[in-house]
Amino acid sequence: MAVTKETKDKIESMQNKYDAGFTTDIETELAPKGLNDDIIKLISSKKNEPEWLLERRLKAFKHWQGMQDPDWSKLQIEPIDYQDLHYYAQPKSMIDKPKSLDEVDPKILETYKKLGIPLREQEMLAGVAVDVVFDSVSVGTTFRANLKEAGVIFCSISEAVQEYPELIKKYLGSVVPMHDNKHACLNAAVFTDGTFVYIPEGVRCPMELSTYFRINEPKTGQFERTLIIAEKNSYVSYLEGCTAPMRDENQLHAAVVELIALDDAEIKYSTVQNWYPGDENGKGGIYNFVTKRGICKGKNSKISWTQVETGSAITWKYPSCILAGDNSIGEFYSVAVTNNYQQADTGTKMIHLGKNTKSKIIAKGISAGKSDSTYRGLVRMAKGADNARNYTQCDSLLIGDQCGAHTVPYIESKNASANIEHEATTSKISEDQMFYAMQRGISEEDAVALIVNGFCREVMQKLPMEFAVEAQALIGISLEGSVG
Amino acid sequence: MLKIENLHVEIDGKKILKGLNLEIEKGKVHAIMGPNGSGKSTLSYVIAGHPNYEVTEGKIWFEGEDITEMDPHERSALGLFLAFQYPVEIPGVNTTNFLKTAINSIRKSKGQDDIEPLEFLKMQKKKMVELGMTAEMLKRGVNVGFSGGEKKRNETFQMSMLEPKMAILDETDSGLDIDALKTVANGVNNLRSDDKAFLVITHYQRLLDYIKPDVVHILADGVIKLTGGAELALELEEKGYADFIKTEAA
Repeated sequence: MAVTKETKDKIESMQNKYDAGFTTDIETELAPKGLNDDIIKLISSKKNEPEWLLERRLKAFKHWQGMQDPDWSKLQIEPIDYQDLHYYAQPKSMIDKPKSLDEVDPKILETYKKLGIPLREQEMLAGVAVDVVFDSVSVGTTFRANLKEAGVIFCSISEAVQEYPELIKKYLGSVVPMHDNKHACLNAAVFTDGTFVYIPEGVRCPMELSTYFRINEPKTGQFERTLIIAEKNSYVSYLEGCTAPMRDENQLHAAVVELIALDDAEIKYSTVQNWYPGDENGKGGIYNFVTKRGICKGKNSKISWTQVETGSAITWKYPSCILAGDNSIGEFYSVAVTNNYQQADTGTKMIHLGKNTKSKIIAKGISAGKSDSTYRGLVRMAKGADNARNYTQCDSLLIGDQCGAHTVPYIESKNASANIEHEATTSKISEDQMFYAMQRGISEEDAVALIVNGFCREVMQKLPMEFAVEAQALIGISLEGSVG
Repeated sequence: MLKIENLHVEIDGKKILKGLNLEIEKGKVHAIMGPNGSGKSTLSYVIAGHPNYEVTEGKIWFEGEDITEMDPHERSALGLFLAFQYPVEIPGVNTTNFLKTAINSIRKSKGQDDIEPLEFLKMQKKKMVELGMTAEMLKRGVNVGFSGGEKKRNETFQMSMLEPKMAILDETDSGLDIDALKTVANGVNNLRSDDKAFLVITHYQRLLDYIKPDVVHILADGVIKLTGGAELALELEEKGYADFIKTEAA
């Protein structure tokens, strides 16, 4: 896919580089800074949660206090003062929950409009339903009624706790246990909002579902929790986007996403991640510590992750698939762009448990400026994974000579019939390519965007159409000023 | 249309062009011939604005504008085209999209709207047939997996799509079989008109059998040694460079 007119117009309209960097001036109710049992009780009571969930949170917090930060990545992370953060931030206008979007504070609606996400159903892209999460709360979910007709549940996770407690009790933490890692454990203790999706048996979700996450308040962390369940023979395509204002401080975003696909079900999960990356000197930006994991529980099920990561000061993220059902398929398509002082350590884990399971990993890393990008991936073939197959391809593209790209594949096979292929390349945008494109009339910045988009084409093609255009534009913007 | 005055060019500190003068008028086809290492390709790169070549002295004018310091894409927008001796591959960007981006970039610099997609496709189809390109080639990444001959066809095809005022053909004939050579020459001849000019850089007389030049220059040691009509190329073919360069020096 090459640069389209819309993409170019968008790039030009975004001269300020990080277009989503504005703040919304609204009154916010904040939990006091710090993390302790009382804060967790406060969050739980704000959400009117059942006792079992509060207990689960407190248990996670207790465990978390004894945990170490994961230290195996290549990331250089300044120590985080967990006591200097707010763990709950709710726009005051959201305290009495608005019954419909018409009652939502216009300033919040305006925020999303500015981000290109109109929330009124008549203004929206046909065929895309949206849940929007602002700091710690879900502002609203569109097209809920239409979806309900099809039997699809699409709501915030806080609502799901109230309305579908059995499903939450059954599945929450079933793919990412609270002890999994320190960031996931923190999330289990303090998660605030996120999205819940349930597709009943035999239903093909009639629209794309999406969630848009926005951090607004300073000194605030966002801890979203998303849970998607696809029953037998169902299908859903879900995507998420994220942005935050430009601030000098590093803000923490520690999310957990769990996907469950039963027999013959398919979940397609796409991310366009555009958290504030910090300025050109590396000041500020989001710490993006995310645990995303899906389980292909049923036979012939499929989970496909697609991510375009352009934002965040630090990205620590490995969307993974546990291929438990026989003949199940896991896919991971990723583009990670880093510029200036950004650091990304991202990849996937494909855990093959069932027979004839297949996985495919296509990871494209683009580094510019003084940034550093690492692909880290694990492919594990368990004893019972007869005839399992994996194909991995990692390509790195370097722009300039001060950035780094690394590929760290881990391969473990306990089954002799399993087949694992790994290919990796590293290349640079050559002067010759630039000169060739510019000789044809294409400006330097457009030429970079064109060449880079060509490099990521395989991944971009996996994004739903509406988002491919946005993602292309983002890549162009992220690399602005990286050449010359 | 193109005027080069006392051009001195270096790359990595090595002097390649040493006071070259050249003037090409509208409607004319000039050919530059010369032995290996005489500076022919350097000249084409410098006119197109390759950043690695440093102009230490002299000026280049195109259509009355001093383009000596201009970026390559600005020169392109003025109507200058270079058909590369070694066309570059751009994986993942197909030729159709590459060309559409190029055409729209040039149009934009002139304050024009984007080309109508339908108009673009029509034009592309017509020229594709003319230049022996296939739809499949246009879908592949620019020049990716193309044979030497296909790359040269693609250069001529792009030239014909961009409709430049002046095109420089840098050894477009090298690596072409006779059929491909004829197709490429046809492409050039179809573009010839009173308001366009060509600079054809070649080693051999062969190409000039198909693209008849108005003026032939011999480039050696970084300067134009000799200028004449089409017959000069024939004479050169017969006698070889050494003779000419000596004659001129004597």
